[in-house]
Amino acid sequence: MKENTGASTRTPSDKVAFLYDPRIRSILYQLSVLAMVGLLGYYLISNTHANLERQAIATGFGFLQKEAAFEIGESLISYSAADRYARALMVGVLNTLLVSFIGIILTVILGTLIGVARLSANWLVSRMAAVYIEVFQDIPILLQLFFWYAFFYEILPMPRQALSLFTGVFLCNRGLVFAVPEFHPAHIYMAIAFVAGCLSVYFLRRWARKRQADTGMTFPVFSVSVGILILLPLLAWLAGGAPTTMSVPELKGFNFQGGLNVSPEFSALLLGLVFYTAAFVAEVVRAGIQSVSKGQREAAMSIGLRPNRVLQLVILPQALRVIIPPLTSQMLSLTKNSSLAVAIGYPDFVSVAGTAINQTGQAIEGVGMIMLVYLFFSLSTSAFMNWYNKKIAIVER
Amino acid sequence: MMKRFNLFVVVVMAVVLTAGFALAGTLEDVRAKGQISVGVNEGLFGFSKPDEKGVWRGLDVDTARAISVAVFGVPDKLKFVPLSAKTRFTALQSGEIDVLTRNCTQTLGRETALGLNFVHVNYYDGQGFLVPKKLGVKSAKELDGATVCVLPGTTTELNVADYFRANNMKMRPVVIESSPELSKTFFAGRCDVITSDASQLASIRSVAPTSPDDFIILPELISKEPLAPVVRHGDDQWYDIVNFSVLAMIGAEELGITSKNVDQMVKSKDPKIKRFLGVTAGNGKALGIDEKWAYNIIKQIGNYGEVFERNVGVNTPLKLERGLNDLWTRGGLMYAPPFK
Repeated sequence: MKENTGASTRTPSDKVAFLYDPRIRSILYQLSVLAMVGLLGYYLISNTHANLERQAIATGFGFLQKEAAFEIGESLISYSAADRYARALMVGVLNTLLVSFIGIILTVILGTLIGVARLSANWLVSRMAAVYIEVFQDIPILLQLFFWYAFFYEILPMPRQALSLFTGVFLCNRGLVFAVPEFHPAHIYMAIAFVAGCLSVYFLRRWARKRQADTGMTFPVFSVSVGILILLPLLAWLAGGAPTTMSVPELKGFNFQGGLNVSPEFSALLLGLVFYTAAFVAEVVRAGIQSVSKGQREAAMSIGLRPNRVLQLVILPQALRVIIPPLTSQMLSLTKNSSLAVAIGYPDFVSVAGTAINQTGQAIEGVGMIMLVYLFFSLSTSAFMNWYNKKIAIVER
Repeated sequence: MMKRFNLFVVVVMAVVLTAGFALAGTLEDVRAKGQISVGVNEGLFGFSKPDEKGVWRGLDVDTARAISVAVFGVPDKLKFVPLSAKTRFTALQSGEIDVLTRNCTQTLGRETALGLNFVHVNYYDGQGFLVPKKLGVKSAKELDGATVCVLPGTTTELNVADYFRANNMKMRPVVIESSPELSKTFFAGRCDVITSDASQLASIRSVAPTSPDDFIILPELISKEPLAPVVRHGDDQWYDIVNFSVLAMIGAEELGITSKNVDQMVKSKDPKIKRFLGVTAGNGKALGIDEKWAYNIIKQIGNYGEVFERNVGVNTPLKLERGLNDLWTRGGLMYAPPFK
């Protein structure tokens, strides 16, 4: 950069040799680096191609249209061995999304609670939070997954001796089985009502904020929001005929039929990921809260704000700026760690793609797809978090 | 500065370019390395598993030792690479290992799309089901709705799906990559049934935490599983060496040569035995290895029958009969071509 500005201040008559012109030189350097990277890429691709051809290994994505012919343990969409590889891989993607999505939400909640507990004035609470953080942070996640999985299949009884927690809820080594409402059109109305509820809450908040800015009067947004979110779906349920038929799990043959089954693999993976990542999130939250100087809290208290308003209006907005970037990276690591599912038999994307690779032998395509899918997950998570980060950034006046 | 930079570029490019040509003959490669990298099962009692002293033992391991003997004259020039069912073929394709002796089923897809060559079968197997006795199941046809433990990336994973589909039954697979972890899960009752090659089931049953008698293998065998060592496409000489290392053990049993009597057999007048043991030269040269290769294999490892009985036979915890793996002369499928 320095040389560049030097070059621009020279007069045109001040001639230098072509090769010694810093500007031209820098372009030349960049071109040569680019050419080398390009050459290397070309070499790798052509060499791979030649090797694959020499060993007569199939290439291309044609296999996606072939019949998968293997079963998958759990799936959000209907799937059977007669479906194609493309659908099998989709099942894997959705399973990864499911465990990551629920995992991230639970992790943020648990991590925040423990992070706040870590700062508690109560000695016992803060010590316990510290022990939790040290223990879960320092044990490799793979071991934790094995532990949780073993917990499910070693400790819990067989289906025929399943523990019945409440009516219709069973816990056994095939997972947690519970009754769910039998499908009814009213459930669709309820979902629509819920979405409508969310929208009205959004507008209610905007209105309340504007009113407060104009008149200074506050409005109990939280309790009213909760009311709306419960009441609207309930009304839809009543309007839809108030269906109450339940699909109750029953012990038939080898296992429970009916109801919803949360498998030990899913539960173990979820627990392992949440408990492990929450320890890191707790530290992030603690650091964020501690980064807000004591004076801020004292100043807020001195103008007469109640403690929860202090937290809500003064501490959290400032702490969040510190928390969000490292929190994003914890979310990403949770998503990526979910690929350890393969060790405990949860059919996530890596597990399904691995089987596909093995059955078709197309490792390069398979691994390429795995990388693309995780890249996509990570980029979209960070895009969202960056947007949120920008939104809560301090507005300098 | 520029000059040094150029030199660096030349070196990098030279290294990268020559890397492509390093894959010459596998025989020269292993001779240069002084050892053969061999892919084996991570732990399958009777086929490949380290004993309490850490020495690898089993039918597949002895096959690998025979290859080492053929190439180097001694059985221990081997680097064992334990591989899961999922990683085994990639390791072979990428050249990380030179040969795979890991109870792999020969299939058309693997021979073609995967770019692999299977040599002669060293164990004829079929897929079965292992269930706890207390489940009261007598036939695989009664398994509708069962939870099934299965290894990923295996032919068994496909066969079991086919079998349930063909019989209009439902199954729920539990797929775990590591086979020791999978059997642990099965013994803990996570699955109703575990499916695999019958020999593997016998192996899994023999290490049951309670008693092997608490588990039974159902009578149905739902597939053919010819298990054979595997090499990469494109190196015929290496294929021949591996293939004939397996065949030599079978041929020796046909000729009545054992590790005990091989030193007397060397003095035999029978031209077949003289050719086989390298007394009449020719076979070794044709393969590009020592003339006494077959003699060394039988002397140090034994013939197929000895290897079978030692690792998986009726006097081992696996208690497997010879069955299909007996010589053709006794009603089995083991049959070696002439060694001339």
